[in-house]
Amino acid sequence: MLAAAVSRVLSGVTQKPASRVLVASCNYSNDAMFAIKKCDLYRLEEGPPVTTVLTREDGLKYYRMMQTVRRMELKADQLYKQKFIRGFCHLCDGQEACSVGLEAGINPTDHVITSYRAHGLCYTRGLSVRSILAELTGRRGGCAKGKGGSMHMYVKNFYGGNGIVGAQGPLGAGIALACKYKGNKEVCLTLYGDGAANQGQIAEAHNMAALWKLPCVFICENNLYGMGTPVERASASTDYYKRGNFIPGLRVDGMDVLGVREATKFVADYCRSGKGPIVMELQTYRYHGHSMSDPGISYRTREEVQNVRKKSDPIMLLKDRMVNSELATVEELKDIDVEVRKEVEDAAQFALTDPEPPLEELAHHIYCNTPAFEVRGANQWIKFKSLS
Amino acid sequence: MAAVSGLVRRPLEQVTVREAINQGMDEELERDEKVFLLGEEVAQYDGAYKVSRGLWKKYGDKRIIDTPISEMGFAGIAVGAAMAGLRPICEFMTFNFSMQAIDQVINSAAKTYYMSGGFQSVPIVFRGPNGASAGVAAQHSQCFAAWYGHCPGLKVVSPWNSEDAKGLIKSAIRDNNPVVVLENELMYGVPFEFPSEAQSKDFLIPIGKAKIERQGTHITVVSHSRPVGHCLEAATVLSKEGIECEVINMRTIRPMDIETIEASVMKTNHLITVEGGWPQFGVGAEICARIMEGPAFNFLDAPAVRVTGADVPMPYAKILEDNSVPQVKDIIFAIKKTLNI
Repeated sequence: MLAAAVSRVLSGVTQKPASRVLVASCNYSNDAMFAIKKCDLYRLEEGPPVTTVLTREDGLKYYRMMQTVRRMELKADQLYKQKFIRGFCHLCDGQEACSVGLEAGINPTDHVITSYRAHGLCYTRGLSVRSILAELTGRRGGCAKGKGGSMHMYVKNFYGGNGIVGAQGPLGAGIALACKYKGNKEVCLTLYGDGAANQGQIAEAHNMAALWKLPCVFICENNLYGMGTPVERASASTDYYKRGNFIPGLRVDGMDVLGVREATKFVADYCRSGKGPIVMELQTYRYHGHSMSDPGISYRTREEVQNVRKKSDPIMLLKDRMVNSELATVEELKDIDVEVRKEVEDAAQFALTDPEPPLEELAHHIYCNTPAFEVRGANQWIKFKSLS
Repeated sequence: MAAVSGLVRRPLEQVTVREAINQGMDEELERDEKVFLLGEEVAQYDGAYKVSRGLWKKYGDKRIIDTPISEMGFAGIAVGAAMAGLRPICEFMTFNFSMQAIDQVINSAAKTYYMSGGFQSVPIVFRGPNGASAGVAAQHSQCFAAWYGHCPGLKVVSPWNSEDAKGLIKSAIRDNNPVVVLENELMYGVPFEFPSEAQSKDFLIPIGKAKIERQGTHITVVSHSRPVGHCLEAATVLSKEGIECEVINMRTIRPMDIETIEASVMKTNHLITVEGGWPQFGVGAEICARIMEGPAFNFLDAPAVRVTGADVPMPYAKILEDNSVPQVKDIIFAIKKTLNI
């Protein structure tokens, strides 16, 4: 590993994790080149590049971000089981390369909208772990002041978190319409799952986006199961990247953060150039069941889940690449793990100790920019004041 | 003869409801670049009911957009555009078709400001003809005032005459919230005198305020949309018999101006509500419930009465259709019953 013949390492194969070795001096590479799986293409002459350069700085950033999403989701699992989180809780552990890779491929001024499995993107788009966890536990320090919960978190240029399967399809196309209208060269990443791909409104959004050449990247996060239904039992065609019909598409390994990044840059460029929408299928996997009420093993085997963890875990894949090409050491990454755990733990503490929103604010934020008015409670004598 | 001072009075214009809505939209399109109109046939066809006549010619493809027949899709696109900072007017060719898109209106538009804790506003207008037309049968005749009026987060307005139509569409477009504007196809071609203030480009009618169209002392008659006209006709007939009706034009369904209705009932001691929609769980039902809960209840000398559409899907044959919507004679009958005459 520490051989004198340093320079670039082409690593397309997952190697066994490097054993701990004492490094006398911190000699890191500044960057390394990696091979990426070639994407399946539909109605496209060319696809994203098959190699990419990862800088040490970016690598550490992606590692930290993915690890943060992972630990945050696991913490949410724990809090849910302890009944501090109620209702629906859809976790995205296993899919970290998608949210982190997407963010790496666009600008902060671009736009993102997704489904209810949103916590990862909430974080990568800029919400803090503590504001996410406090929203999950329904506290006033939550990003939506406790009013929204798991599925309704928003931040600048991130439009949630949408509870109705597929509704975000047309919404995202509308955001793209606004980008085109304003002429700002921004794009909108519009995510939906393999289940939502069968919603009629997705086809309607595809049609209008293509007709009007909207800068909309339709991204199908295919994690192989729509709740408890495997893709083969739901879709006449499981080639989701072709389901845009007249819209070009590509299919990407969603467990490789670098592959997702390059593909995202490619599709964002495509849209920015005014060619219209494009479809990107991310092949990914969720370790948890559909939600916290689904153990996730009635429609798939434990072995299948464990297999994916062992062979394709996105954090492991990045870690191996970085260690093997000397972009970072195992210790350094372990230090990041410790920091991340602490951040998540602190955030959880906040989420458990922050007070619930005050009852007086129950009726706030019904209307925007409207003078205060009275709102009826459970009976005619209970009145709440509504402020914008 | 005293010299006429420098005052010159312009003759009162006769403007149809259609023209009024057109004017309102035109003025707002001109005033704010972020405003745009989308819907089926709104651009090159000049609007299915010609309400958007001339707008595409004036503003072009970017701002007046013809959509495919994809209500759920284009309503969602409109909501997304509003979230991203534009101010769309989303036309449903009739509100019957809004049922296909109702999830986007309620779940994506109405609830979002609240769910986001006041972070994400949705400044959108959904407009189009609502309720019964003439001979279009059951699937094309439903009134959605009660359905949309039910939902917190929405504002719902229902103009009757031209002044209402212009003032309310302008207010709706300038409002930062999702506003449903329930127009009426049978009113589109009806001309009304346009008061001079309505000719101003900043003429706005506040959302949430009812108007007393006719003062009276014997009974309060509350209505919205086309039936307001029938109520005024009934009032004219009854006036000859010495019965003076106070006719209130609600103008807004949600937030409802119950105070104006209460004040009137406290004066007249009698109440009837008149609407085109079905009776069960309707606008009149809500008014009656609120009157019971408020100060006006103790001033009632008789139970409040509702006049509504018949509780049937709208039939086609003329005699059946005529008897499925409230007619002037039905309103007169209800008033007399309430007054025990």
